[in-house]
Amino acid sequence: MKVKVLCRNPDDYVRETTKDVQRVPRNYDPSLHPFEVPREYTRALNATKLERVFAKPFVASLDGHRDGVNCMAKHPSSLSTLLSGSCDGEVKVWNLPTRKCVRTLQAHEGFVRGMCVRFCGASFFTVGDDRTIKQWKMDTPGYGEEEELLNTILGKTVLTGIDHHQKESLFATCGQQVDIWDEQRSSPIRTFTWGVDSFSCVRFNPVETELLASCASDRSIVLYDMREANPLKKVIMSLRSNTLCWNPMEAYYFTCSNEDYNLYTFDMRRLDTPVTVHKDHVSAVLDLDYSPTGREFVSASFDKTIRIFPKNMGHSREVYHTKRMQHVICVRWSLDSRYIMAGSDEMNIRLWKANASEKLGVLTPREKAAQNYSQKLKSKFQHHPQIRRIAHHRHLPKGVYLQKKELQVMTAARRRKERNVKKHSKPGSIPTVAEKEKNIVAVVK
Amino acid sequence: MAAATEVALTESHVGKKKKKNAVKRYWETTEENETEEKNEQNRTQPNKEERKRKTETQGMKGGQKKKKTLKGKKTLSGNSDPFPGPAPIPKENIQKFERGDATKLSSETRGKLKHTLLHSESASDLAKTQAARFDLLLPEDAGFLEADEDEETCTIAQEDIAEAVDITSATKYFNLSLTQFGPYRLDYTRNGRHLLLGGRRGHVSCFDWQSKQLMCEINVMETVNDVRWLHTETMFAVAQKKWLYIYDSSGIELHCIRRFNDVIRMQFLPYHFLLATASSTGFLQYLDVSVGKEVAATCTKAGRLDVMAQNPYNAIIHLGHPTGTVTMWSPNQREPLVKMLCHRGGVRSLAVDKTGTYMVTSGLDRRLKVFDIRAFRPLQSYGLPAGASCLSLSQRGLLSASTGDTVQVYKDVWGTPVKKPYMAHRVHGSVWGVQFCPFEDVLGIGHSEGFTSMIVPGAGEPNFDGLDANPYRTVKQRQEWEVKALLEKIQPELICLEPAKLGEVDRASWEQRHREKVERLGFDPLAKEKFTPRQKKKGRSSTGNIQKRKKQVAHEDQRELMTKTVEERLIKEKEMSQKKKTTQGQGSALDRFNK
Repeated sequence: MKVKVLCRNPDDYVRETTKDVQRVPRNYDPSLHPFEVPREYTRALNATKLERVFAKPFVASLDGHRDGVNCMAKHPSSLSTLLSGSCDGEVKVWNLPTRKCVRTLQAHEGFVRGMCVRFCGASFFTVGDDRTIKQWKMDTPGYGEEEELLNTILGKTVLTGIDHHQKESLFATCGQQVDIWDEQRSSPIRTFTWGVDSFSCVRFNPVETELLASCASDRSIVLYDMREANPLKKVIMSLRSNTLCWNPMEAYYFTCSNEDYNLYTFDMRRLDTPVTVHKDHVSAVLDLDYSPTGREFVSASFDKTIRIFPKNMGHSREVYHTKRMQHVICVRWSLDSRYIMAGSDEMNIRLWKANASEKLGVLTPREKAAQNYSQKLKSKFQHHPQIRRIAHHRHLPKGVYLQKKELQVMTAARRRKERNVKKHSKPGSIPTVAEKEKNIVAVVK
Repeated sequence: MAAATEVALTESHVGKKKKKNAVKRYWETTEENETEEKNEQNRTQPNKEERKRKTETQGMKGGQKKKKTLKGKKTLSGNSDPFPGPAPIPKENIQKFERGDATKLSSETRGKLKHTLLHSESASDLAKTQAARFDLLLPEDAGFLEADEDEETCTIAQEDIAEAVDITSATKYFNLSLTQFGPYRLDYTRNGRHLLLGGRRGHVSCFDWQSKQLMCEINVMETVNDVRWLHTETMFAVAQKKWLYIYDSSGIELHCIRRFNDVIRMQFLPYHFLLATASSTGFLQYLDVSVGKEVAATCTKAGRLDVMAQNPYNAIIHLGHPTGTVTMWSPNQREPLVKMLCHRGGVRSLAVDKTGTYMVTSGLDRRLKVFDIRAFRPLQSYGLPAGASCLSLSQRGLLSASTGDTVQVYKDVWGTPVKKPYMAHRVHGSVWGVQFCPFEDVLGIGHSEGFTSMIVPGAGEPNFDGLDANPYRTVKQRQEWEVKALLEKIQPELICLEPAKLGEVDRASWEQRHREKVERLGFDPLAKEKFTPRQKKKGRSSTGNIQKRKKQVAHEDQRELMTKTVEERLIKEKEMSQKKKTTQGQGSALDRFNK
């Protein structure tokens, strides 16, 4: 007879001293772990609920401006610095960790229309309603020293926006025309016009650095090559675009915020159809900024909310609002991709988390592992109706909510009418226009 | 015991103690024996070593192939790696971790979806191979019992085994002589550490059966029908004469649940925290022990329910009935999910294996049958001389069947038809309950004279998972586990025949879903468009006004319905009166008997 009976040595399974961690032998045999899917589903449901419980996105409010915040700029190398310009011509430099204003400049008379930081981070430019372009040192003047302007250029017309070249000492401004300036000269080295119009925004392409895009008030978006004498091409839309922003990772895509409550992502090479139309706002979209990862962007709207859109989704994944936040005029996504800064009409700059339920501070490895696991579970079960309902639910202010309902009714009515018209007319006489192309009027080269 | 050929056994294998030849321990084999055994093993199944060698040679082959392709690639020392690439994993090891077939990509699948599918597929492949690789590190091997050439394993007595094995294992064979309050029913905790005994005449005791440490011993002064541990060793449920009681491990009565009366059998579903009870009045009830609520109460309309088992794979409750049928129940449905006719006579006992593939039943027709409960088809049918009263399946698929005072253990009843039991043991009184201890080679037998713990080598799963059921867990670990387990308690609505269905895509069309909805609600919600009053201008759309208009429309509908029914009734009455007229004129006397 040969016999062997299971007999475990407790020393292999029990810790030696109380200072040790407990021993946890594992066996991954699926038959020892029944109900794999239902248990994972339960965990995913719990994780989704907890995510909503911990969704506290508001971090801080920076107050100090004496008029509405009109423009903001990020520092290219210092995460803790933020610049903001207000409607009374004041520019403030903020230290974000301490949430304090470190410097205040009376930069312009009237609005500060635009500002940008030089790529090296040593100085910044502002343009204002007083037709001047001013260059300022980034460093705070020492004790007893006076605030010193590096350079002042007097423009011929009102300037509404400014952006700096990524590598060279060139910058572009827009107003009644788009000008390219050399930092050393007091007159533009190149001027682009295409018809009589005024521009609201100009942006350099972050990768193909000689390219520019601008939004014009004649409802068009114009692309330029700095090396050429004339603009490249433009797309005319049904309503005006306010601002645009290039995708920093896939720099052939740019997104523009439009007056028709939508945002449009275009492929620079094919302007006749937008790649994606982002709908959710219920009022004009005023500003947007891409996350440095290029996966998402944030948009600020006149409807007193900011929304975060994944770059290829038609609807937003997140909406932020507070009772006190009025029309949001400018918004920036911080360069560590974790925070969002929104400047609004009622003189405050608000700091939000980009991921509403993210835990701030250092995470232990176990916390990190648990977070990754629950993230994976959530994405695995995201289409289950129960989980989907909880994950997608957002509270909206009553005004926005009612407006949204109204818009839905309006679009449904429009669609119904379109369908009826088509039904009662000669087959083929009314062409089908894709939803994406409806707001594109023409592309001009 | 006979196979499907139905040759009944004439003699039992118990009590026929052979002359005591010197017992050898399994490692003490003489050389000739060893060689013979080796030969035999080689004949029957490839030895472990041999398999190892095989895999090695496979690896070598692969290596040689690679060498050919990578000619001239050598390490600094000039030698080439004899085992290039990752170590090969045996196919059957990977098979164990297979979770369904790979998704087939159709030729139309493109872009993002294709990328996602391929990515998830490769991730699951990686997980599979890594888990299979981890198998090598498992510390314990399963037990076994092999007889000498001239004897059968079933004739080996427990005393001999106890003498042959080490001291710790030998203590696992013991008898408790409890003659006063028997017969006994028993239950082991999920990690196999604690044992709960319930005597018919009121004696309830629980103890750590390995260290023989008594936790509590009480007499409830009432008939005890069944006992069952709840999720941990701190609480247990006792089905008494009238009501269901819950005690804690020190014997304090925590609850008396009067909604659960006349319970005779209980099952605890550990992942759902549900205590399923079957009563003598034919009710199947579910108690959620985490919140103390009754989840479902179903009248099975099948009389006394004294045969009950749970399917550990999908938490379906199996009930055996005197008509010979076995019904399967979930708390979500009033009717049984499945009704199987299993025996000619009544069903005496039931057991379901842990993978949820096989069900073993024994009936009054003295048959023992094995069913595949995924396909609902019989696999094997054995005749037993006296039938089996209690059945239990171990983690590694051993079946124990008790007849009278004898307990027989069978190996692999669903594979090739077995002719002889693997082991057998006779106890002093008639057997009342049997259960294999999880993670141990032990079979607990409750009988009229007390309790016997029997050693059955190869019954228990050798390697436990510390996060699921840990026999060596401390109080702190248990408390933490309890919190985690409660957090991921599966809702009773998710109990269904195929638990993995939840992770699959619901391909039901809109029509089908609508049909189901209509069936569920009893009416079609989309049959008539809901009336929404038009928005009127100049203050004529006040809330009251809108309500009024809504009411008008509702009344209109009601009026329509009423006129319709009245018309129908009138037509019917007319027809009846006409019929009467015609029958009065020319009916025969026998017409009155027409229905």
